Amino acid sequence: MRSADPKIDRGEPAVNAAHTTLGYGGRPALDGLEFQLPRGCRVGVLGPNGGGKTTLFRALLGEITPLAGRLDVAVRAATVAQTDRSRLDYPVSALDVATMGSLARLPWWKRPGRKERARARASLAEVGMEQHARTGFGDLSGGQRQRVLIARALTTEAELLLLDEPFTGLDTSNEQRLERLIDELGAAGRTVMIATHEVEQARRWDLVLCLNHTQVAYGEPREALTRPVLEATYGEHIVEIPGEPELGVLPAHHHDEESPASEARSLP
Amino acid sequence: MIEWVTEPLSHGTTLRALVEIILIGSVSGVVGCWVVLYEISYSAESLAHGLFPGLVAAALLGLPLLLGGAAGIIVTALLIAAVARYASDHADTAVAVVVTSLFGFGVLLALSPGTPPGIQELLFGDLLGVTDRELFAAAAIAAVVLAVLWLSHDRLMAIGFDSGSGRSLGLRPGAVSALLLTLVAATILVGVQSLGNLLVAATVIAPAAAARLLTHRFAPMVLLSVGIAIGAGVAGLYVSYYAKTAAGASVAGCLVLAYVGCAAISALARRAPRPHDGFRAAAGPVSRAARSPKLDPS
Repeated sequence: MRSADPKIDRGEPAVNAAHTTLGYGGRPALDGLEFQLPRGCRVGVLGPNGGGKTTLFRALLGEITPLAGRLDVAVRAATVAQTDRSRLDYPVSALDVATMGSLARLPWWKRPGRKERARARASLAEVGMEQHARTGFGDLSGGQRQRVLIARALTTEAELLLLDEPFTGLDTSNEQRLERLIDELGAAGRTVMIATHEVEQARRWDLVLCLNHTQVAYGEPREALTRPVLEATYGEHIVEIPGEPELGVLPAHHHDEESPASEARSLP
Repeated sequence: MIEWVTEPLSHGTTLRALVEIILIGSVSGVVGCWVVLYEISYSAESLAHGLFPGLVAAALLGLPLLLGGAAGIIVTALLIAAVARYASDHADTAVAVVVTSLFGFGVLLALSPGTPPGIQELLFGDLLGVTDRELFAAAAIAAVVLAVLWLSHDRLMAIGFDSGSGRSLGLRPGAVSALLLTLVAATILVGVQSLGNLLVAATVIAPAAAARLLTHRFAPMVLLSVGIAIGAGVAGLYVSYYAKTAAGASVAGCLVLAYVGCAAISALARRAPRPHDGFRAAAGPVSRAARSPKLDPS
């Protein structure tokens, strides 16, 4: 069921997975990973809740090591969590949040200074949020908060950005704006992996990776996103588009289910 | 009027108590802001109560109370960590059981036959009995706590804001949270001798909680919190002097009054037209859904 490797080839891959099995406490949660991720591509990561998307992201961040096989990450990775996982009542501005990204490169005894703040401002400018630098994070709209969190990831100087269901809760205009930003980040040479349930959205990106406790498919969307692949990925959640028997979409209620991110989150 | 203010300070004991209360207010006002932001008030209070057997044991053995308090906090922290590990689904209950057990053990020791008089001061403190040596020790601990807080400010802020992304920022959420708890424990040690085991948590939690009601920005919150802690502390000292009430309890009472006053101001501000964002954000309630993780033990 796996499709062939993508035709996109832009030099050394950002990520190389070979016979990779990931899991927790010795128990596999995701196996059969076999893909090479070119730099500068936009990759939709599809799969049901609990299917392994968050596990893959944690492995790419180095939080867990493979139980078997290899997972080589050649670039710095940073995660962009769902905005509702950050605190809206916290006394931080957009600039404060973007500056947090600089901590990744500072030794523990150093605090971010003028240089780090300038870098954070540049990141905010890159996501079109410079004019909101002084605004409180909780006072921003959902789309703006998402862009600020992307700016924080950019401040870490990450070349691999892992976006965890970034479109959740966004209205159409913010959704389109974020899609444009993802396109711009890809064009700037950054590799962007987007965990999403939006199959139609994933069709517009360069590659898709379908997961359901194992790698179901990987490749260019028009080749990889077939009905059998989507059925294997989501099971009975697939509904047919009239006149398009080879395609499928997910029912809207899928978004209401608990996200894998919240499942994996450690509790206080 | 001036005489009314200066008269208590003519006594060495009251003057030392004043310095002690300013020291406690300076450090607990700042640490308290982090306690409130991380939503670990219960942990802070648990640490304060759990160290009681250590204080009693030190008093019985003739050792410095600071040493006993430190040993008590370490034992409390280790026991809490152990039960939280084996009863992770009921961590709050487990902490309550540990703290109550430790406190009960401390009371048992304190009330046993042969215990010298004055042990009850460990429960309610002896603000007027502070010695120069204890003042120096408290000042040293307070200076270290404030220096570490200043150094780790950005990391504490990053983890408190979004602990789930901490590792991708090169931080260890568990280590940052443990550092904060250590600083809270050190702050409790600063105040426990003078304010007592039962009242010391009030100086950490009440000023910051009151300040949080009035502002949503961190720097003003810290300034307000320190101001309230010192102001209520000094007021409590004067109440104690002139009304001949227990010093620790008077300070705690003034802290509670300050909190009630700030809550009233906050409620009035919510009803009044909103002049600007800084005040509005503090006055506006934040839904539970808008908040997220407290301490991350990972």
